[in-house]
Amino acid sequence: MNDLIRWRRRFLARTAAATSALFLAGCDRLSHTEWFPRVLAVAETWNRGAAHAITTRKSMAQEFAESDRSPDFRSNGTANPGTDEYRAWVANGFADYRLAVAGMVGQPKSFSLAELRALPSRTQVTRHDCVEGWSAIAKWKGVKLSAILDAVQPAPGARYVMFYCADPMEEDGTDFYYESIDMDDAYHAQTILAYEMNDAALPVANGAPLRLRVERQLGYKQAKYVTAIALVDSFGNVAGGKGGYWEDNGYQWYAGI
Amino acid sequence: MPQVEVEAAPAGSYLYYRHKLPVRVMHWINVVALTIMFMSGLQIFNAHAELNWGKSSYDGTPPVLTISARQNDKGDVTGYATILGHEFTTTGVLGASQAANGRWVRAAFPSWLTIPGAKWLSMARAWHFFFAWIFVVNGLAFVLYAIFSRHLARDLAPTGADLKGIGASIKDHLRFRHPAGEKARRYNVLQKLAYLTVIFVLLPLVILMGMAMSPWLNSLVPGWVDVFGGRQAARTIHFIAAWLLVAFVLIHVFEVIVTGLWNNLRSMITGRYRVTRESVHE
Repeated sequence: MNDLIRWRRRFLARTAAATSALFLAGCDRLSHTEWFPRVLAVAETWNRGAAHAITTRKSMAQEFAESDRSPDFRSNGTANPGTDEYRAWVANGFADYRLAVAGMVGQPKSFSLAELRALPSRTQVTRHDCVEGWSAIAKWKGVKLSAILDAVQPAPGARYVMFYCADPMEEDGTDFYYESIDMDDAYHAQTILAYEMNDAALPVANGAPLRLRVERQLGYKQAKYVTAIALVDSFGNVAGGKGGYWEDNGYQWYAGI
Repeated sequence: MPQVEVEAAPAGSYLYYRHKLPVRVMHWINVVALTIMFMSGLQIFNAHAELNWGKSSYDGTPPVLTISARQNDKGDVTGYATILGHEFTTTGVLGASQAANGRWVRAAFPSWLTIPGAKWLSMARAWHFFFAWIFVVNGLAFVLYAIFSRHLARDLAPTGADLKGIGASIKDHLRFRHPAGEKARRYNVLQKLAYLTVIFVLLPLVILMGMAMSPWLNSLVPGWVDVFGGRQAARTIHFIAAWLLVAFVLIHVFEVIVTGLWNNLRSMITGRYRVTRESVHE
């Protein structure tokens, strides 16, 4: 009888161990297939749909007191683009920097920093939520993206705003960071291209001279070192076709969660 | 628990239809969804193996929990966890552990506890959010079913007599004495309270704190996340609630084993539970 109990216990323990090993191996194998991640990805549509269903297009991200600001606003991703062009910009205080706005617009334009500063601005103390899990709070001042769009007359068919950046993601200086947002976010009151952080010029580590703030989404949407904007009706032909550098690397385009 | 169906059975015992089909199906969907949510959640945690209290991670206060690893001059790696300022050496499990191929890797939670096994945040998020929907829809379906089928009122809600017997029930549990015979047909009071706490407190809490981490859902009513202490506090509560669910599962499985593994398992698969008509030694 004791032997039987012992045998049963051993059998159960081994069954449990084998089952969990199989389960883990199975999950890893599924993660590497073509089709399974595509099944999992439908949740992005559901998340986006649910979030849009229970919030309004203009719902405002939480704004904080100045005292809530993080003593040190963490720099993540690129801390310095390090290209020759960027180094030259830093050397003369971004006097030669231009933001080019093109694509599906009636009036393509390029803006110097001084011109951007002359457009309507917004100042906000908001929380930056990284996809990794951490949050940091800072005060941002920047030109309202809606003001830039008003100046270039978007075509009626434009659906997304693409942001092209000066920071290469590959060691050899290629694969520049890029991101995209839809028109609802583009015209959102809190969507700005920030040129100040915590009452000082935007530091190099945080995206100087201009970074996107789209406050209802995660950190990877907050493109740094923005040098060009393009209005498009689809981002399928840009880089990996998923609308952003991290999106091309498996992250969700809808970064609201 | 629904009406008795007496069947031909060995002397002194009979099979009784304990769990209806919807409950059984939703139970096993929940097992799969919660397991995947938990393990993919640990992989997500590994991307930033720190927990804070408050609105941000960098507000000048030290983390509540840190899991990390350090290396000495000789190259030996030590994994450690710091909880409220107290450091524990956790080499082999937390901070530094061996991957499936035997190689030592720095990871907060080891590969055998995470989905995917190796560091892969985007894939973990894909698993987590997909199964979050299955888990939430399944959970809502269960709650609706439990209310309208009267499963909740009849089987889960403790009676006045139940509540008076809490003391005795605690003593019985500590002595591993469990209701047998006809009494085993009903959930005992601790069992009812445990199920109700999980269904109506822990699971809603873990869902709500997950939503509190979404910057988009924060805009629903700006400031609602601060009710729970802020986004980073929500992340901490999400983590603690997840581990409380694991604690529940461990106790649940333990009770399933000591009160008759096969009988319990069968009742959650076919629905039929064997009641033995024996005098209970109480």
